[in-house]
Amino acid sequence: MEILLPALLTIITAATPLLFAALGELVTEKSGVLNLGVEGMMVMGAIVGFATVHVSGSATLAILASILAGMLMAAIFALLVLKFHASQVPTGLALTIFGIGLSALIGQSMIGVAYDGIPQIAIPLLADIPLLGRLLFQQDFLVYLSIVMVVSVSWFLYRTRAGLILRAVGDSHDAAHAMGYSVIRIRLLAILFGGAMAGLGGAYLSLAYSPLWVEQMTAGRGWIALALVVFATWRPARVLLGAYLFGGITILQLHAQAFGIAVPSQVMSMLPYLATIVVLVIISSDRSRIKLNAPASLGRAFHPSR
Amino acid sequence: MFKKLAITAVLGSSLLVATAASAETKAGFVYVGPVGDHGWSYQHDQGRKAVEKALGVKTTYVENVSEGADAERVIRKLASSGNDIIFTTSFGYMNPTIKVAKRFPKVKFEHATGYKRAKNVSTYSARFYEGRAVIGTIAGKMTKSNIVGYIGSFPIPEVIRGIDAFTLAMRAVNPKAVVKVVWVNSWFDPGKEGDAAKALIDQGADIITQHTDSPAPLQVAEKRGVYAFGQASDMKAFAPKAQLTSIIDDWSHYYISRVKAVMDGSWKSTDTWGGFNAEMVKMAPISDAVPADVRKLALAKRDAIMDGSFHPFQGPIKNQKGELVVKAGEVLSDKVLSGLNWYVEGVEGTMPK
Repeated sequence: MEILLPALLTIITAATPLLFAALGELVTEKSGVLNLGVEGMMVMGAIVGFATVHVSGSATLAILASILAGMLMAAIFALLVLKFHASQVPTGLALTIFGIGLSALIGQSMIGVAYDGIPQIAIPLLADIPLLGRLLFQQDFLVYLSIVMVVSVSWFLYRTRAGLILRAVGDSHDAAHAMGYSVIRIRLLAILFGGAMAGLGGAYLSLAYSPLWVEQMTAGRGWIALALVVFATWRPARVLLGAYLFGGITILQLHAQAFGIAVPSQVMSMLPYLATIVVLVIISSDRSRIKLNAPASLGRAFHPSR
Repeated sequence: MFKKLAITAVLGSSLLVATAASAETKAGFVYVGPVGDHGWSYQHDQGRKAVEKALGVKTTYVENVSEGADAERVIRKLASSGNDIIFTTSFGYMNPTIKVAKRFPKVKFEHATGYKRAKNVSTYSARFYEGRAVIGTIAGKMTKSNIVGYIGSFPIPEVIRGIDAFTLAMRAVNPKAVVKVVWVNSWFDPGKEGDAAKALIDQGADIITQHTDSPAPLQVAEKRGVYAFGQASDMKAFAPKAQLTSIIDDWSHYYISRVKAVMDGSWKSTDTWGGFNAEMVKMAPISDAVPADVRKLALAKRDAIMDGSFHPFQGPIKNQKGELVVKAGEVLSDKVLSGLNWYVEGVEGTMPK
């Protein structure tokens, strides 16, 4: 345990940004919208958060700014797909490319600027428990928040009326529309939530994980988050599991290398995607197993007139 | 008084002539990454800025050019839009550069890190391993756990050379020390580079060095209270306590001299592999954490490399299995070095294939 502890600590930091982004995307997808712009929203959250902390010195303000940046990006997406009925897949891809470019532009003067990282909060008493205390109760604020969000999203989707409506919209927008629910408004809110969470994931990268700004610093984590949602078959608790699993794989292979165990690291980099493909194959081979979780009208545009 | 005036007039007019001539010279640059990577492309762009400042020539650059068909199009565009000299700064631009150069015989081309030359194509690269020998010396003296962590990008000769030169220099001053290598399969992924640094520190490394481009490993070192070396540029801002020194890529002298050669008509196709002597490789100021005697030893190593009395790859060199590969008194040739693909004794782990 004493040897494993540092590795476990690192796994938590590696998993947290994935967890935020994937949870947000899960809610978006549950409402029937596929937003492939996660990477772009994340990277915008990263730069805006970092720029804010550099200018204001306040981590709280920076995190709020990141959330806002993610939401603004999501709002652009929502405008295009909900109002103008643009196809979701290319719009999402465009959002990613746009986010990477815009963040580079904003970040021009932030290159080479250093920041200490957001402080860690030790929970009194609990943090003093040997081993477990350091692992679970001596993290930064965002790690705690990520766990709270898993519980909240899960509770919202499956224990509240609003969550039920959101899932109904995702499963059959025509039926929900006929019932008198505003499909567009509900999807807008779900997309904005997805953006906010992706922004938070980005903030975690540039404020806590590696507190600095460099172009394209998300380095594909938005795509892993997207894969994670499918891997978790749209269940929040499984997203938590998957994020720690994906995070764990990357960290453990680094430790294995340092121990002198030869693992082809290219294979390790592929693993999250391989796992996702396997899950996709299972889904398509046995639809009934998954049907209850997968939003049935995912990716389909909604025209109220029809 | 009149004499002084006359001299000023002459000087003034010659200056005018110089600017008039230089105003016609144009230089183009192609970068593989964004100029904001704070690493490879960033340093090339610093070189471009130095050219503008020193010679007053007009420069153009194109960033984020991928190493395929795109490169040829970009290079051709730069050649046809009146650039007199074009620097293509990534290995993968080799064939496109040669191809375009054939069609524009009057334009001079400079390709970084490649090996194909033509009448109007020169190649250039830097002997960064000379810098690795200097930081290896410091690491050998500074490590207490006798484990040094090395973060690698891809197992190519350029990176292997660095690992071997570092290890040889380190073990010359501390035969007990070993190097643990972790490959992250990326030139640039701050999160993963930082994680690799954490993994190495967790396994006992008390000095971290890297052949990847982001300052993330230095930040981790700073937080964990171990030492580290910067890469490509001075990264002291990210790790004021942890950074012992940094190997700096400096292309400005080379770029200025080559553009100047175009201006005065003395440009010739050459192959340059320069190190400390060519001022392509420099060391950032050595931190105060390094004791005076170690600093002296490190600088002596640099001076010995510069005056030729020491070569980072001089024998005896043993490979990982302990077999003598290079006998005492012999030196690995540039040809072997440019394709180096084995670890020296003291490097732990196996090389990924």
